Amino acid sequence: MTGIIDSATLFALTGCALIGLGLYGFIVHAHLLRRILAFNVIGSGIFLVFGALGYLGTGQGTDPVPQALIITGIVVALSLTAFAIALAIKLAEEEKTAFLDDATPTEERPE
Amino acid sequence: MSVADILTVLLVSVGLVFFLAGSVGLLRFPDFHSRLHALTKADNLGLGLIALGVAFQVAEPFGIVKLVLVWFLAVLAAASVAQLIARSALDRLPDGKEADKRG
Amino acid sequence: MSAAFLLDAGLCLLILAAALLAMAGRDLFGAIAFFIVYGIMIALAWVRLEAVDVALAEAAIGAGLTGVLLIGAWAMLNRLGVPEDHKPAAGWLRLVAGSASGAITIILVAAVMALPAGREGLAPMVAEELADHGVSNPVTGVLLDFRAYDTLMESIVLVVALVAVWALTPPAVWGGVPGLRQHTRPDGVLAMFGRLLPPIGLVVGVYLVWAGSSQPGGAFQAGTVLAAVWLLVVMAGIHDEPPVSSRLLRTVLVAGPALFLAIGIAGLGVGALLAYPAEYAYALILLIEFTLTFSIAATLALLVAGRVRRAP
Repeated sequence: MTGIIDSATLFALTGCALIGLGLYGFIVHAHLLRRILAFNVIGSGIFLVFGALGYLGTGQGTDPVPQALIITGIVVALSLTAFAIALAIKLAEEEKTAFLDDATPTEERPE
Repeated sequence: MSVADILTVLLVSVGLVFFLAGSVGLLRFPDFHSRLHALTKADNLGLGLIALGVAFQVAEPFGIVKLVLVWFLAVLAAASVAQLIARSALDRLPDGKEADKRG
Repeated sequence: MSAAFLLDAGLCLLILAAALLAMAGRDLFGAIAFFIVYGIMIALAWVRLEAVDVALAEAAIGAGLTGVLLIGAWAMLNRLGVPEDHKPAAGWLRLVAGSASGAITIILVAAVMALPAGREGLAPMVAEELADHGVSNPVTGVLLDFRAYDTLMESIVLVVALVAVWALTPPAVWGGVPGLRQHTRPDGVLAMFGRLLPPIGLVVGVYLVWAGSSQPGGAFQAGTVLAAVWLLVVMAGIHDEPPVSSRLLRTVLVAGPALFLAIGIAGLGVGALLAYPAEYAYALILLIEFTLTFSIAATLALLVAGRVRRAP
């Protein structure tokens, strides 16, 4: 069994599964916070695939260029999550709902 | 296996037993505060034993200092948070019964 | 099958289980709790892949800060009385979503398995050039030297996200204080914790950025530790958030990216944008990293604090 896949490929495959799982959750859930959760799962799945494919072998670590890009990605994902949460809270304050389908469409808003 | 390895395996295993005990307590105790009690006490002790066990594998003294610092910070955070959770639960659920509905 | 492979396989199963519970948990708070667990499992996976810098970033930012943001949002929605449940998704939507996700997963798996073995990537190139560039941690070298352009853009993106969050301020409290007022007992456990932890956190944060040049660490991980220290100080009621119109605050936020940009443009005199002269490379990288750490810490702390809610 060890001959077919090694640990790094196993992590990469887990990342692929996470991307699929997150995408399913993103489409199916309607609550905005659950969508943000799903978005983060997709993000860390992508990072796992990217980083695990750069593994060079025991004792040699992972390729540093993907590592740097992944750290950048984690920080950018956090900034987007923070902004998305601020928007979701704003929607909740104005419309008392956390579901986009229940919000008044832009055409019907006053002002 | 050298003496250090044997000690490491022994201490880490005992630590794991404590973690298991804490988790069993979380699942089996009847009310909120006893669950919290079981979890924090057992987990802190388990972490201490694991840190002690791993310390035998570390070569330099600064590494041991770092392990002790990790254990100290974890215990500090867990104890403070447990007290805060217990107090806020007490404020909201004076008889402890409502806590069980939410699991 | 070696023990290490079994350990990794077990870890992958735990990761998938935690992600599943984070997505499908009926209780939203439970789902958020499992997401934090998932984040820590992913950090363990990074440690198994010997990418310790990424593990630090994932544990601090991915699990820690994102978890704090989500719990804060859940608490705010609870306080506003917003219902959590809705009619569940229609059957046809689940079918379409399921087949789309399944198809994407299968395509990705096929792509991963089709890659040739024995890839070396850019690691040998980085290892060759690293000696002339001051730092010995290759990830820090890539972040602040070889791909400094990306890191510059990233620090600017952080500030832009903060400006976007502040743009949601209602006109009545423009320029005011972010976050709600904290009510903490002055002699309680939280106040004591908020006095005990920040000095330790400050030392750990500065050590992380200092050691990042030769060991795993770096500006972003250290900035997150410092941001957490500040958030704890505010939560413990020891100090309130500064108003967003404060000049000092805005200087701290902008100082990191601005210094980075200035050094980068000055690099034009040496050869190219963001090139460092060889004998000053270590000093310049350290200078940029320290200033960036404090800017990142302020930006992250304010991102978590949220929108402006109180008048100045």
